[in-house]
Amino acid sequence: MAEPARLTRDDVAHVAALARLHLTEEELDLFTGQLAEVLDHAADVASLDLAGVAPTAHAMAVTNVLRPDEPAPCLDRDEVLAQAPSVEDHRFRVPRILGEAP
Amino acid sequence: MTAPRPALETATMVRAGELSAVDVLEHHLAVIEVGEEAVHAFNLVTADRARAQARAVDATVAAGGDPGPLAGVPVALKDNLCTRGVPTTCSSRILEGWEPPYDATVVTRLAAAGAVAIGKTNMDEFAMGSSTETSAFGTTRNPHDTDRVPGGSSGGSAAAVAAGFAPLALGSDTGGSIRQPAALCGVVGMKPTYGTVSRYGLVAFASSLDQIGPFAGSVADAALLFDAIGGHDPLDSTSLNRPTPRVLSVLDDGVDGMTVGVLTELLDGAAPDVVARVHQAAEALAAAGARIEEVSVPEVSLGLSAYYLIAPGEASSNLARYDGVRYGLRVDAEDTVAMNTATRSEGFGAEVKRRIMLGTYVLSAGYMDAYYNQALRVRTRIIEGFATAYTRCDVLLGPTAPTTAFAIGAKVDDPLTMYLSDVCTIPSNLAGHPAISVPFGPGDDGLPVGVQLLGPALSEGTLFQVAAVVEAAAPPLAAPRLRTGVPA
Repeated sequence: MAEPARLTRDDVAHVAALARLHLTEEELDLFTGQLAEVLDHAADVASLDLAGVAPTAHAMAVTNVLRPDEPAPCLDRDEVLAQAPSVEDHRFRVPRILGEAP
Repeated sequence: MTAPRPALETATMVRAGELSAVDVLEHHLAVIEVGEEAVHAFNLVTADRARAQARAVDATVAAGGDPGPLAGVPVALKDNLCTRGVPTTCSSRILEGWEPPYDATVVTRLAAAGAVAIGKTNMDEFAMGSSTETSAFGTTRNPHDTDRVPGGSSGGSAAAVAAGFAPLALGSDTGGSIRQPAALCGVVGMKPTYGTVSRYGLVAFASSLDQIGPFAGSVADAALLFDAIGGHDPLDSTSLNRPTPRVLSVLDDGVDGMTVGVLTELLDGAAPDVVARVHQAAEALAAAGARIEEVSVPEVSLGLSAYYLIAPGEASSNLARYDGVRYGLRVDAEDTVAMNTATRSEGFGAEVKRRIMLGTYVLSAGYMDAYYNQALRVRTRIIEGFATAYTRCDVLLGPTAPTTAFAIGAKVDDPLTMYLSDVCTIPSNLAGHPAISVPFGPGDDGLPVGVQLLGPALSEGTLFQVAAVVEAAAPPLAAPRLRTGVPA
């Protein structure tokens, strides 16, 4: 498999935005170098010819894990909501989610 | 005040009414009082809750009941194991103050076995690190030399056992986070077969690799703890629904007639004094009746690269849940996306950010095939390589870590160098296999060396059997200096 191009500062900025992380200019510089180094090390994996080898996502594969569909107690709502930063009417409260004033 | 005892002896005496669980606990709290400032093994010591648990154990014995196989034994819990109503931080600002509304299955099982939970141990933030230096709450120090790291990510649990703060501890091992700190702190640490110990209530890092396991001062005590926590759990859909190996009962069975393979790839990057200890352990096994072979599994050399694509990929997905909405830190902002971003940027430390970005990158369109999917194929090759080795060998032997404990600050600014600390332990995680680290004397610098035994899936019985023989032949290791002057 062909090796991808080396990681750039723009790649890191893009990925940070996808991951909902704000990076300072200094962090962008630092992380670009560090992450590129890790990916360079991974070039041995990226460059292998592994056509025909099946991927393994789980080493101890278990499938169709089902249980009887019977009601059982779940977490206490008040105990769960007590851990939330903001609550209103038994619901999690967040700032506005759309790009206009409420 | 009672003197420190092995967990097995403590439990036996507490069950027989010859020793009080409260006295055992008070001894350990006193040891913590003296040594914790220098070591910083704990994020939280839960003294009052522990006292209540210990009193309940003593009351059960007084009433003629049996509190269980861990009766009155204090156990330290890594701070990524959920404890209902007790802060569980993962050593991250983003979870500071969070009190889980449920207990991890292992926490429930320990309580049912009569154990006493003594506190929550420090760790690398979200278990991402090999030195406990990425903790948001300060570095844990190695009890053998407080200028050195204890290893990581379960450095607090390893240090707690080494310093005598608790006879037993639980950690989690995603790429070596139990075995490597166990080696560096001179204690026994074991990663079970994936699926033998429930992950319910273990805060997820890389779900296909994470596994909870024991730390102890001896192989027998680690066996006692493993037997108490294993077994199927319907709350974890990856939990294996088949009999879990029992290990305490096979400890004395020896290695006569077994074949032990010295795994050459693990020796490649290791320091000469560590390599010498591995060969010495092999000689001891030969003297006890095992056949020793040199074995090569070339695919193992690809483990580190594959791991640092797979684990960050899974982590980037798992850590998406820290969004400031339902629990933990929230940093307010004008809209929800800005709030998510502000919360995550302030709440996560640098190493966690690096791993999230690395994982997001290798899973993103255009790179997933080249990196992540390739790594999953390498994982298949590693499993096949091990399978071939295990047609000839019962277990494999190698170092647990390439060196003894390194200095605090030596690697923390160089992520790739830090990642190389895990090179010997990662292959077992990728394969889902069990492995155990046993202290085997000091290195040239006087600090502990750990040798590692690796086995195929569900070979825990064999691993503990071999580990007991290795332990019996281990050169003496000086007790941590910190223990000097501790009340006995």
